Order: sequence, then structure tokens, then C-alpha cells
Amino acid sequence: MAKFRKDGKKVAPGISTASLPDIVFMLLFFFMVTTTMRESTLLVKKPKLPKATELTKLEKKSLVSSIYVSTPSIDLQAVFGTQPVVQLNESIEDISKIARFVQLEREARNPNDRDFLTMNLKVDSKTKMGIISDIKMELRKANALKLNYSALPKANKR
Amino acid sequence: MAQLQKSCAIIFKKHTIMARRPFPEINSASMADIAFMLLIFFLVATTMDSDKGIFRVLPPYIDKPIQDEPIKVLDKNLFVVLINKDDRLMVEKKPMHPDDLRKACKDFLTNMNNDEADKIYPEYNVETIEGIGNVKVTKGIVSIQNDRGTSYDKYIEIQNEIVAAYNEVKDEYSKQYFRKPFKDLNEDQQKAIKALIPQRISEAEPKNIGGK
Repeated sequence: MAKFRKDGKKVAPGISTASLPDIVFMLLFFFMVTTTMRESTLLVKKPKLPKATELTKLEKKSLVSSIYVSTPSIDLQAVFGTQPVVQLNESIEDISKIARFVQLEREARNPNDRDFLTMNLKVDSKTKMGIISDIKMELRKANALKLNYSALPKANKR
Repeated sequence: MAQLQKSCAIIFKKHTIMARRPFPEINSASMADIAFMLLIFFLVATTMDSDKGIFRVLPPYIDKPIQDEPIKVLDKNLFVVLINKDDRLMVEKKPMHPDDLRKACKDFLTNMNNDEADKIYPEYNVETIEGIGNVKVTKGIVSIQNDRGTSYDKYIEIQNEIVAAYNEVKDEYSKQYFRKPFKDLNEDQQKAIKALIPQRISEAEPKNIGGK
């Protein structure tokens, strides 16, 4: 009879957590490989990029400067209004400041690479073309002619 | 002497025992916490989006356009795409649905003749291209003009359709001359195809009919 008596004090064996670091490291490496460093904090709402099929990938990340065009984020709308604005680096700027921005971005690069500087336009898809045309004109005046309209991949229609 | 030897042996023995003692294991329970901390740092500091998009080279800025000899482009060499403030499309003076634009643009790029009477298709130059030989190269230019009130979404869609038309024509020519799709060609062959169908997209200054 004693054979079948329950021990009472017996505890469930603990789950080994020895492999937990391995799992977490795996996740860590996955995220390190697939993501890129955030360049700047957004003062505008995150642009909802348009979708396109014929995309080219920007090769040299170090030679790309981003220009964001979107409506200001909600807490900044009291100051900047609700119309789309331009964010250069860490601040919302007037379109006329683009020439200065391009110059500064160029000076920050290696002299040999300056001609390859690409402007990456991250524009919300609801924006009207008026502001985009003004930006393009400013970029042409600043002689920053390489332009990339940032877009998301879309499944081909056919 | 013997005593000294004996004590030495004892010391020696002691040392070997100490060296052989199992090394205390480092507790790795906090390893997971450290890895989690790193993981959370990377999750916060990075973004997922990759930089892809439609690449374009803008024309250089000319302060005062030199109007000595205005560049004359024959009407039939131009494929005019207009987008108005309501995102409606007019192609070659006829309204068109964006879905039909790719086909129409391809049609314009692949057909050509030097017949004066023809008013639809562009003229061509006969050029010698290394790797292909003497071929007809179209003089056609795609001209896009948008309004200031056009939405960016539609603008990108139209740009995308026109680039797609060019890419499809490139692919067709690649298969015709090299029996391979364009992306599988080597650098020289790609250069030849690019010379065969140069991507000429002109963008006029936008009009402001619809207002801002």
C-alpha cells in the first residue's frame, strides 16, 4: 500500500531556461539584419508612401538624404497648421531652406562622393503636387539632381 | 633532507589538486536578460522600411532659358500625358484610363516610321549599336505634365506606368536580340539595350489651373 501513497511534497521539475538566451539572440540577430537605423525623429505624420511596381533599390545608404513631406504631427498642428510641410533633418522648414540643406548635406560627405548624393523624397500619397513641384525646383536650383520618389512595392497587376 | 622532500611533495600535490579542481561555472541566468536588453534597444532604434523607389534625374536649372534656337520637337515625336487637378488623365488629346496607359505608351515606343503623312508614331534614327548592329532608334519622348492640384499618389502611379512601359519594351528587345530577359544580361548587353531604347521622359513645369 505504501507504494501507492502520494508523496505530497513532490514538486514539478523546473523548465530549463538554458536555451532562452539562444532564442533571444536569434531574435536579436534577425532584427539587427533586417532593420536599418532610424535617421531622425519624425515631426510630421509618418508619410503613407505611394505604391509602385517598377522600383529600384537605393544602393549607398550613406549617400542618401531624406526629405519628408507630410502633414505636421497632431501636437505640432497648432504651430504649423494642417497643410503638408517639409521636414529636413530634425526640423520643419520652409521650402526655401532646401538649398541650404542640400549644401550642408553635401559638405558632410566625402568630396569624391558629393556628386552621387541622392535626395530621397518621402512624401505622403495624399499630398498635392504643388509643394512637390516647388521642392523639385529648389533641388534643381541647388543642383541636387538625383532624386528618388520613395515608394512601397505593390504586387504586379498581371 | 627526506623531510624536506616529503613536504615539497605535499605542496606539489596540493597544487596539482587545486589545478584539477573543477572550475566554478558562471551562472548564465542573466544572459537572457542582457540579450533581451539588446533586442529591445534594436527594436526601438531601428526601422523596418527599406529605401526603394522610383529613381529620377532632374534636368539642371537654367536661370534664363536661352531662346536663340528653341528646340523643336515634332508633334508626332511627343507622347503627351496630362494629369489634371482631379487626377484625370489625358493622353494624346484623348481621355484615358490609367490602366490603358502602359499599353498605349508601349505602342508609341515600339512603332516608328519616317513617313511624313503619319501623324501618330514617332520618327527614328538609324544608329549603330555595339553588339546589335544597325538598328532603328525611336525619337519618341514621353512628356508628363501635371497640375499643382494633382495628387502625389496619381503622379507616382503615372510615372510608374511609364517606367513599366519602358521596362517591358527593354525586356522585349533583350529577348529579341539576346534571348534573355533584361535583368539577366551582362553589363555591355544592358548598355546596348539602353542605347536602343533610351528613356526619355520630359516633365514640363506644372500648370496652376486648379489652384493649390
